[in-house]
Amino acid sequence: MAVRAQFESSNEVGVFSKLTNAYCLVAIGGSENFYSTFESDLGDVIPVIHTSIAGTRIIGRLTAGNRHGLLVPSTTTDQELQHLRNSLPDDVAIQRVEERLSALGNVIACNDYVALVHPDIDQETEEIIQDVLKVEVFRQTIADNVLVGTYCAISNQGGLVHPRTTIQDQDELSSLLQIPLVAGTVNRGSDVIGSGMVVNDWAAYAGLDTTSTELSVIESIFKLQDSQPSAIVTDLRDALVDTFS
Amino acid sequence: MEYHPEPVQQLILCCSCGIAIPPNPANMCENCIRNEVDITEGIPKQGTIHFCRNCGRYLQPPNYWLSCELESRELLALCVRKLRGLSKVRLIDAGFIWTEPHSRRIKVKLTIQKEVFANTILQQQFQVEFTVANQQCDDCDRVMAKNTWKAVVQVRQKVSHKRTFLYLEQLILKHRAFKNTTNIKEVRDGIDFYFAQRNHAIKMVEFFQAVVPVRSKSSERLISTDIRNNTSNYKFTYSVEIMPICREDLVCLPVKLARSLGNIHPLVLCHRVGNTVSILDPNTLDAAEIQSAAFWNNPFSPLMNSRELTEFYVLDVEPLGPTRGKLMLADVTVARASDLGTNDTTFLVRSHLGHLLNSGDHCLGYDLTTCNFNNDQFDQLDAGRIPDVVIVKKHYPGRRKKTKRRTWKLKTLTKEQDELVARKQDLKRIEQDYELFLRDLEEDPELRANINLYKADDARSVMTNGGTDMDETETDFPEVQLHELMNELDINDEPDEAMQ
Repeated sequence: MAVRAQFESSNEVGVFSKLTNAYCLVAIGGSENFYSTFESDLGDVIPVIHTSIAGTRIIGRLTAGNRHGLLVPSTTTDQELQHLRNSLPDDVAIQRVEERLSALGNVIACNDYVALVHPDIDQETEEIIQDVLKVEVFRQTIADNVLVGTYCAISNQGGLVHPRTTIQDQDELSSLLQIPLVAGTVNRGSDVIGSGMVVNDWAAYAGLDTTSTELSVIESIFKLQDSQPSAIVTDLRDALVDTFS
Repeated sequence: MEYHPEPVQQLILCCSCGIAIPPNPANMCENCIRNEVDITEGIPKQGTIHFCRNCGRYLQPPNYWLSCELESRELLALCVRKLRGLSKVRLIDAGFIWTEPHSRRIKVKLTIQKEVFANTILQQQFQVEFTVANQQCDDCDRVMAKNTWKAVVQVRQKVSHKRTFLYLEQLILKHRAFKNTTNIKEVRDGIDFYFAQRNHAIKMVEFFQAVVPVRSKSSERLISTDIRNNTSNYKFTYSVEIMPICREDLVCLPVKLARSLGNIHPLVLCHRVGNTVSILDPNTLDAAEIQSAAFWNNPFSPLMNSRELTEFYVLDVEPLGPTRGKLMLADVTVARASDLGTNDTTFLVRSHLGHLLNSGDHCLGYDLTTCNFNNDQFDQLDAGRIPDVVIVKKHYPGRRKKTKRRTWKLKTLTKEQDELVARKQDLKRIEQDYELFLRDLEEDPELRANINLYKADDARSVMTNGGTDMDETETDFPEVQLHELMNELDINDEPDEAMQ
């Protein structure tokens, strides 16, 4: 299910929140509207956590993470780190990364299996990503943009990339990620996909300006039409039943 | 063999209508962008243009009237200038859409560009319809209200002849000083020049001050006033009076003035008029200039003028020696031309024309023996020092007898006559004045150097025919040479020649 949301009259939802299959981080805002949008949908499935990173609200752009772990920049304070440790589920690893490109959300785009990273990222960071997030790491660009996190949004079901990504690039990325990709926009023609929306396997949040066309593209590529947190289980069971029968 | 993948254009869905389009900066299809934003917003689609029916000019705000053709560049510029919002967009193209001239509509097609969103430039074409409304322009307004002038220059000279004005007319023509007049009217003793603007009148007055000795006075008349915005409408009158002393006049100076001019003898000839008056004592060759300020402090009138010249016959010339420029003092024995054959009255006269006169010549002069003046200054003169005759200029009767056509002509200003229509004898006098003026020009190369002479239609043929039988007696006649003449501008010149 794809939902429109707005953080203090900003459409850049992906800047102020981070959504994975195991947890959701939300920036501390003036009002609780933004938080309650997430809380009402996700609250009973995964923890929705209020936090700041290095004292800022742009947590979506500073962090990278998936079901297995969360990477935070070196500027994160000890207090924030402790708060996140306390709030995250036990099986989610959290790791501070000493990386020159400290806006980790902009330089890393990942789902639970694969991560696309900025071509200039440290070797060490790459190893940390592999270890903590338990993913394969590919140094890539999207439509000639090195900020892969900014210009794409991917889940385990599919991915939305920058509108200028050529067919060849889409094919290549799609074969790396093993998910279908589509070029598209959010927020009425904005090409900064990563900042404009957040997505996991059963929910997506996009800016309030997002048109119905864009929302339907999001729903179809991320396979959100009738998905519930339990859908995976049922799908899996169907598959198992199929196999065993 | 190399594999060249065929470039496939990736398509995205237009964010508002969902059709597949190649990505663009707005990520929206053209139609949606058009629907979303109207770049012609803020530009009026209708307008009014004011047109003066009488003179066929269009109003260019705030108050300039421009004459232009329909569908001309000037009109297009005027229309485009009328549209206010065009400064915020880029004008790519503008043109007229043809409309019936009598429909009083002007349609202009405009193409504009404007940046919408980020990096998206939209181009759009639209029409603006102008209604042509009638409005009388200020100039026509004045004509209709018979209120064509704002300033008038009244030039007057209180003398019995028109010579000064004939000369002044030629000067005005040469310097094109008539350019800004709205009307020129001939009145008694002078001419009125009417102007639409005050500064044109002031310029005219300055022109007169530069060429003739004048005094001027200005006055104004309040036409209307608006106390609310403190403006008022005046008519200005400049009265310009020309000194009543002309070339060749005999003048008797007031004693005081004569003393101030180097103690010159009071009985003098005026021999040149510029913006001052040059006077000459024919007995001594003393010369002086009378400034117009000095004259108007103590005005006086001439004793005799050129109309009263008498013809004399030169019997003997005896040069005395003293010279001033070309002039040479001489004792001349003359007899009245009318006396020849009746009596032997001769006069021994001292004259400044020793360089010109020879025995047997004719000359013109003032005969003081037969005159009776009613002039205080003249009465105060020592009777013993008053000459009998004052010779003014050489006369060429042989030249005059032939009814020879002039090879040159003058232009004239078109003047409106005053309501007091000239009587028949006045007309005759005017003609005579004009003829005398033409003769003056012929006899004085200096005088005609200041004005423009034009070739008469058959100047060349007259010159060649007349040139053969040159008068043998008067070879020193300062003939008007062909190179002094100007070709007149004739609009019909070209086609005529082409036809021939």
